[in-house]
Amino acid sequence: MKVLVPVKRVIDYNVKVRVKSDQSGVDLANVKMSMNPFDEISVEEAVRMKEAGTATEIVVVSIGPQQAQETIRTALAMGADRGILIKTDEIVEPLAVAKVLAKVVEEETPDMVILGKQAIDDDANQTGQMLGALLGWPQGTFASEVKSDGGKVHVTREIDGGLQTVALDGPAIVTTDLRLNEPRYASLPNIMKAKKKPIDMKAPEDYGVDLSPRLTIVKVTEPPVRQAGEKVEDVSTLVGKLKTAGAV
Amino acid sequence: MAVLVIADHDNSALSDATAKTVTAAAKFGGDVDVLVAGKGAGDVAASAATISGVRKVVHVEGDAYEHHLAEAMEALIVPMMDGYDALFAPATTMGKNVTPRIAAKLDVMQLSDITGIEGTDTFERPIYAGNAIMTVTSSDAKKVVTVRGTAFDAAPAGGSASVETVDPAAGPFKSEFVSEEMVESDRPDLTAAKRVVSGGRALGSAEEFERIMNPLADKLGAAVGASRAAVDAGYAPNDYQVGQTGKIVAPELYVAVGISGAIQHLAGMKDSKIIVAINKDEEAPIFQVADYGLVADLFNAVPELTDAL
Repeated sequence: MKVLVPVKRVIDYNVKVRVKSDQSGVDLANVKMSMNPFDEISVEEAVRMKEAGTATEIVVVSIGPQQAQETIRTALAMGADRGILIKTDEIVEPLAVAKVLAKVVEEETPDMVILGKQAIDDDANQTGQMLGALLGWPQGTFASEVKSDGGKVHVTREIDGGLQTVALDGPAIVTTDLRLNEPRYASLPNIMKAKKKPIDMKAPEDYGVDLSPRLTIVKVTEPPVRQAGEKVEDVSTLVGKLKTAGAV
Repeated sequence: MAVLVIADHDNSALSDATAKTVTAAAKFGGDVDVLVAGKGAGDVAASAATISGVRKVVHVEGDAYEHHLAEAMEALIVPMMDGYDALFAPATTMGKNVTPRIAAKLDVMQLSDITGIEGTDTFERPIYAGNAIMTVTSSDAKKVVTVRGTAFDAAPAGGSASVETVDPAAGPFKSEFVSEEMVESDRPDLTAAKRVVSGGRALGSAEEFERIMNPLADKLGAAVGASRAAVDAGYAPNDYQVGQTGKIVAPELYVAVGISGAIQHLAGMKDSKIIVAINKDEEAPIFQVADYGLVADLFNAVPELTDAL
């Protein structure tokens, strides 16, 4: 089975984001960028499928600036076979991303697309489901386990209060949640090898999709700052304060 | 103008998140109808009809709706949207799973997890796990929105809307339900709990994590959470993780035990109403967001707290 894994370059999850003083957005200058953590889980899952013999080829695709090539290289070093970079410096909204990915799917004809359930920058949690609707494919979102058997894909999903398993008639969309796996670190030899793996350079125009945004940012602000409270001396003082505040 | 709200339910009871979504829909404006799609969900439809401010409940019965399979929900709701200007759903795993498919079919850019509404085209939503708040206007003719439950009060009961039964959409669909395994716990669900107690790496082991945290949780009727560090160290299961890459919680009371307060963690709990931090390092960043900080050895302080409550 051929697997397509879209990946996004985002601010590293350990970096404290700073809102620009003109409220136009978040400061991305000189900030450490990494692969979206959920996308790392997607790449890892695809690589494990290949190691288990269920996947034959893993294609990684990213829509973003030139530097997103590094994100693709990371995926290649983890074990993906080749990459596609669709280069744009504009903000591309999930709907437009899904439309471009639908075109990539037409060209590449994968049997499964594995995406992160959300990107930790815009927290939209939309692209996988939108791609499923555009392609008419079924989806297993928020996956904590993925198994293929006899043409069906069984996905165990993390839902509020527990787990749910669905069976999908492939080809199918899977979006990954935290418990699915623990992504590997690429080894140095694999990082070296990844430098020789091919990355196709494309432009959004190659896919004939209108990327114009539907949303206009009015402002981006800091959330209300939480003031530090007080230090208490001991447990009984703490209990007293909590009782007064009506918290216990 | 009219808004369709997708009800979240388990076929026997309506979730609290639905009434909160009705509040958000009413703020958006126009008539508010609630869609109850389920199997044997008559009681849920009747209960949705009592939410104040609801014009009409649309009740659909079908096997595929018992578990709100996204493909079947899409086929049902997309044609219905001819009669509505907006689709609102709670940002529960049900809502998150279903609405983007409908948005894509309507060629609409969805607004996820909104925390505020200004007029009919301007919405406020957290990005970067709540570390920034974005206000956006949408140019789409119809709006598709998911609503963060912690940001809106539940609409009160007291309404008496009509219930209209409509036919399910024709299948077959490419997905089917296999099984469900709901967590059997006397403790509340982490994301819905009014009180949460979370443990960090300072607990030292899985055994100590259980020994120290569980009695406190039981005493408070709280859900148990953990920092990423504690989860990575194997002291707590993955689904306990509170933080940017785990669960976002906003309970009335959050007790952080032996958690230093990495940005990652703060992003997941800083909207809690009252935060208590117990940590022996008085410089720990968690104290910068805590309402009540206790600098103490958790192995003494937490059992003492449990006894004192």
